[in-house]
Amino acid sequence: MTERLPGWRDIPIGGVAFKPSEEYKTGDWRVFRPVLNKEKCNRCYLCHFYCPEGAIKVLDTGDIEIDYDYCKGCLICVNECPRGALESVQE
Amino acid sequence: MGMRGKVLGLTGDEAVAYAIKQVEPDVVAAYPITPQTIIVERISEYVANGEIKTEYIAVESEHSAMSACIGAAAVGARAFTATASAGLAFMWETLYIAASCRLPIVMAIVNRALSAPINIHCDHSDSMGARDSGWIQIYCENSQEAYDAAIQAWKIAEHPDVLLPVMFCLDGFVLSHTLENVHTLPDEDVKEFIGERKFVKVRSHEGREVPFVLDPENPITIGPLDLYDFYFEHKRQQVEAMKNAKKVIVDVGREYGKISGREYGLLEPYKLESAEVAIVGLGSTMGTAKVVVDKLREKGRKVGLLKIRAFRPFPYEEVIKELEHVEVIGVLDRSLSFGAQGGPLFLEIRSAFYDFERRPLISNYVYGLGGRDMPPDLIMQIFDDLEKIKEKGRVDVLLKFIGLRE
Ligand code: SF4
Ligand code: SF4
Repeated sequence: MTERLPGWRDIPIGGVAFKPSEEYKTGDWRVFRPVLNKEKCNRCYLCHFYCPEGAIKVLDTGDIEIDYDYCKGCLICVNECPRGALESVQE
Repeated sequence: MGMRGKVLGLTGDEAVAYAIKQVEPDVVAAYPITPQTIIVERISEYVANGEIKTEYIAVESEHSAMSACIGAAAVGARAFTATASAGLAFMWETLYIAASCRLPIVMAIVNRALSAPINIHCDHSDSMGARDSGWIQIYCENSQEAYDAAIQAWKIAEHPDVLLPVMFCLDGFVLSHTLENVHTLPDEDVKEFIGERKFVKVRSHEGREVPFVLDPENPITIGPLDLYDFYFEHKRQQVEAMKNAKKVIVDVGREYGKISGREYGLLEPYKLESAEVAIVGLGSTMGTAKVVVDKLREKGRKVGLLKIRAFRPFPYEEVIKELEHVEVIGVLDRSLSFGAQGGPLFLEIRSAFYDFERRPLISNYVYGLGGRDMPPDLIMQIFDDLEKIKEKGRVDVLLKFIGLRE
C-alpha cells in the first residue's frame, strides 16, 4: 500500500472508524484461492451461504461469483461444494 | 461562599456515595461483594429508596462492572463504579478499553493492598498498578477531598479536550471507614456545576460529522480492529488528552473553588517557603505529615511537604517549581515496583529533576504496606533522616523501608 495514511491529528478519537470496512481489502491475506469450474456448478449456493466473509455473490444470471478483494482463502466453500466445482489453487 | 450546604458526619465511603447521589449518574454498575466498598451499598440504597433515578446494575464481577460502564458511557450515559484491591486488578483489561475508547467514566478506588498473602488494608498497590492504563488519577487526603473529587471528576473526564476516564483514590479504612465532618454542597449547586454531558463531533464511516456517541440515527463504530497502521496514532491521541488534562484539572479545581470555597490544583504545597528539606507524597498520610511539619516548624526546623493530587497526568513542571529551592527531598511511596530503583512516585520525582540544573538529593521511603500504621513519630524520623542527608551531602541508601521490622 503506497497510499499516505492520515496522522494522529486527522483521525477521529476512540478508534472510531472513519471509512467503511469495505475499504479494508482482506483478499491479500489469502494463500489459497478458490477457483470455480462453471461446468460442474449446479447453483445449489451452499458456498454462498457458508462463506464467512460474504465473498461469494449470486449474480442476476444465477451464476455465483467470488469477490477476490475479500475472499481470505479459508476454503470452506471448496470443502462444502457437493459438486467439486470449486478448486483450491495456491496464490 | 461555600456556606450554603450542610456539614455532615460521613465516612469516606459515605462522602463519595453522597456526592454521587447529588451527581445522579445514569448508570452505576458494581460487583456487590468483597472487595467492594460501602460506596455502592449506599448508592444502591438511594436507588432502592427512589431518591435517585440512576439505573443500578449489580454485575457478577468487576470485569463486568467496567464493561457495563463502557457500554453505558458509549451510548451517552454518565457511568460510575467503585472498587478496591483485587476488584481493580480484575478490571485490568477493561480499564484500558475505557481509556482507549475515550469514555468519560468515573470510578472511586478505595486503596487497598493486593494478595497474596491476603490483606484487606490500605496501600496504593492497586491504583499504582493501573497508572499506565490511560486513566486520570487523583489522590485524596481526606473525605472532604474525596467528596469534592467525586463531583469535579465528571467535569474533568467529559471536557472536550480530555475525554478520559477518571479514578479518584481514597485510602482504605483510614478514610473509607472513618467518620469525618464533610462540607457538602446543595444538590442544585452540584447539578449546575456538572451540567449536561455534551458530545464532541467525529467523522463517521459514512463520512459525516456526527456526535461521538452510539446512536442508531447517526451510526459510528467505537474501538474496532486497529492494527499497526492506526493503533499507534490512537495512542498518541491519548498522550495529548492526558497533556490537556493538566490544564483542565486546574481550571475545574478553580471553578469548584468558586462554588465551594475549596480550590484544587494538581498538587498542594505545605510550608515549603524557605524549606531546606521536604517530603513528597500522596493520600491520607499527607494529613498526618502536615501536623508533623507544623511541630517541626515550631521548633524552627526548615521543613515542608508537597502533596501530589494528580498522579496522572503527572505535574512534572509544577513539582520542580514548588521544590526548586529544596535541598533534600524524601519521597514517600505506599506501594512497590519490585526490581525498580524505588516506588512509583519516587521514579516520577527523580525523573522530573533530571533536566533541572541544580538537582536536589532525593531519597525514597516506602511505608504502610498492607495497612502498616504510619504514626507521626515515623514521619518525624524521615525528616531527621533528610536533615542528616543534607549535612552529609549525599544519599547513601536510596530506598528505605519505614515501619518495617528488621
Ligand atoms: S475461500 Fe473462504 S472466504 Fe474465500 S470464498 Fe471460499 S469460503 Fe469465502
Ligand atoms: S457449492 Fe459448488 S455447486 Fe453449489 S453453488 Fe457453490 S460452486 Fe456451485
